[in-house]
Amino acid sequence: MPLDNVVFWVFAPVAVGSAIAMLLMRNAVHAALLLIVNFFCLAVMYLLLDAPFLFAVQIIVYAGAIMVLFLFVIMLLGVDRGEDLSERLIAQRPVAIALGLAIVIEVAVAVRAGVGFATKAPAGFDAANADGNTQALARVLFTKYFFPFEVTSVLLIVAAIAAMVLAQRRARAVTQAELDAVTAHEEASEPGVSG
Amino acid sequence: MRTPIAYFLVLSGMLFATGTVGVLTRRNALIVFMSVELQLNAVNLALVAFSRMHADLNGQVLAFFSMVVAAAEVVVGLAIIVSVYRRRHSVNVDDARLLKW
Repeated sequence: MPLDNVVFWVFAPVAVGSAIAMLLMRNAVHAALLLIVNFFCLAVMYLLLDAPFLFAVQIIVYAGAIMVLFLFVIMLLGVDRGEDLSERLIAQRPVAIALGLAIVIEVAVAVRAGVGFATKAPAGFDAANADGNTQALARVLFTKYFFPFEVTSVLLIVAAIAAMVLAQRRARAVTQAELDAVTAHEEASEPGVSG
Repeated sequence: MRTPIAYFLVLSGMLFATGTVGVLTRRNALIVFMSVELQLNAVNLALVAFSRMHADLNGQVLAFFSMVVAAAEVVVGLAIIVSVYRRRHSVNVDDARLLKW
């Protein structure tokens, strides 16, 4: 058995297992930690697929930054909150699981028909990665995808501003109805206050 | 590289299905959001696998962009969850149904 096959069969079950365990966790912190395990397994998959740059980005951005942000928000909102398990839709859970299984079967059938399970020696990938994967990616990113790359920076600025605007604490807006209610209450209790 | 690309695609499909089940069944907004992240990652894996299969770097660039957009999405999504929590002291997705008829 070639080494990359071994690595795949070690990390693929861990990835699927941690993903399923994440769904079953009551505690949001445990779910986040399992998701980090899953992201690390995916990073290893990127390494197997000859994408070392994405391997590093996956660990730094996903397992590092994004999951720390998640954990930060979980801690901010409180972790000991129980989840309401009542179902508002009839048989939502069994139907969801059946649909999930349907997706798995559909993907497996489509892959079997379209790609096949044969080992295929990829031709020309080393040529595309001539002097290193990172250099080759940079060449594509800063020539062909230059404009989308710049648009991405605008997106990130907008996201940062949006987060500031959404999360800032502000005085609650008072509606006219509430003002009227307060005024009416004060007028009604006027004699009581003076007396 | 002797692992068939199809294995990676099936793994990606399984992770995507797990994320979908999570979005459909869980009530905690944070875990629903984590399931969405799982789905995004599954699709990234498929993109990188196809990039390997076709010996073409465009798939990896697309996966990179999707990671960047996912980072922006997480920032905005978590800010929305925090502001909903401030308003109604709950992260249950069923509680935020003011606009539902």
